[in-house]
Amino acid sequence: MNITLNVWRQPDQKSQGQFQSYPATGISPDMSFLEMLDAVNTMLVKKGEEPIAFDHDCREGICGSCGMVINGRPHGPERGVATCQLYMRHFKEGDTITLEPWRANAFPVLKDLVVDRTSFDRIIQAGGYVSVDTGGVPDANCIPIPKVKAEEAMDAAACIGCGACVAACKNSSAMLFVSAKVSQLALLPQGDAERKQRVERMIAQMDKEGFGGCTNTLACEAECPKKIPVTHIARLNREFLRAKLT
Amino acid sequence: MDTFLSLYNSSVGKKFVVALTGLFICSFLVVHLTINLFLFKNDGGQTYDLYAHFMSTNIFIRPIEYILALGFLLHIFTSAYLWWLNKQARSVPYKAKASSENSTLASRTMFVTGSIVFIFLVVHIRTFFVPTRFADVEPSSYEMVKFAFRDPLYVLFYVIAISLLGYHLRHGFQSAFQTFGIKDKKYAPYIHFIGGIFWLLIPLLYIAMPVYFYFNPY
Repeated sequence: MNITLNVWRQPDQKSQGQFQSYPATGISPDMSFLEMLDAVNTMLVKKGEEPIAFDHDCREGICGSCGMVINGRPHGPERGVATCQLYMRHFKEGDTITLEPWRANAFPVLKDLVVDRTSFDRIIQAGGYVSVDTGGVPDANCIPIPKVKAEEAMDAAACIGCGACVAACKNSSAMLFVSAKVSQLALLPQGDAERKQRVERMIAQMDKEGFGGCTNTLACEAECPKKIPVTHIARLNREFLRAKLT
Repeated sequence: MDTFLSLYNSSVGKKFVVALTGLFICSFLVVHLTINLFLFKNDGGQTYDLYAHFMSTNIFIRPIEYILALGFLLHIFTSAYLWWLNKQARSVPYKAKASSENSTLASRTMFVTGSIVFIFLVVHIRTFFVPTRFADVEPSSYEMVKFAFRDPLYVLFYVIAISLLGYHLRHGFQSAFQTFGIKDKKYAPYIHFIGGIFWLLIPLLYIAMPVYFYFNPY
């Protein structure tokens, strides 16, 4: 198949960016989106041009490295998949595809489609951990955790920190990301001891990084490649109110 | 006070203030509508004027009036401030727009619908509240309503503004419960049901008044 890419090109963080068009010819419908970009980059290198920079690592939807806004949708038109799991068969012959980096002031563009997501790391460093001395391996089932809670915590832990929630939100809010970590630890006995300071510190850091506030549009849930539900944001709000008022 | 300021300093705390004041204003909508429904009683406005007089003169209503004004101001100011802060979070907009694929129009236009409702509120206060509260001789509220709703432009403005209020509440009502953290699988159906009363039934009853008086002026 033959398509046209309209890609955001920006040499570095300080330079002005602009859109540039590239033809992508002879693309197999079975190629992943990143493989298609690899093919375009090979063509650009052969022509002596700078290849399109984009983040990627595992290419199986686990690491959260890849991510770009494809025709206005973070990770593209398919629900519940990261960019690396998106296949060219979801596009039509002759399509023009617009590629943009995550747009948020807390995620400055480093180059082309690569953004700096260390603001997420700093939010996690502010409280997204359990600081107890773990000691030796405990006996199985010595800490009783109901199956329902364990599963909900595990679902929250599925967040890969890709930043699609921020990219999708009209306010560039990081609430879904923060809520997934707060929720995961608040649901488990291991996270209970620090739940109050955790939520306060993580939200303070989130605000400090310049992410916007949540207005419950639910765009984050719709675009999350791991389908993290906004019920975690409800729990985050509960945790925050409880921490502030008690 | 420290707790309030500590809450208000965070984005989540500001949302709590918007949600709390929003629901408080919703309770006012119910009280206001209850009295307004007496306009439909076929007694030449006697009962309606009686309640309007009670609301504008009773000593217990005065402090509630100030609390209500404070609620409105906090809701409007905090929402506008949050809107401005949220705008600061993204300097470069997306070229390709696809927000209709992941969110509702009502949720994305809260500032626009809220702003129009705010203009309506100012006009509404000037038309009905100021003459009732600050006139030397208290006029008949019933006659004022009848007079105001003879003007087709005012009726049209009223209908559009209340429709937008309903649209504002379509997102706003259930969103407040999400902000309080109580919208989960168990309570969500009840919240959406009660939300339907607020965004559909109550605005329809409000709209019924100007439409009725415009088509039945005598």
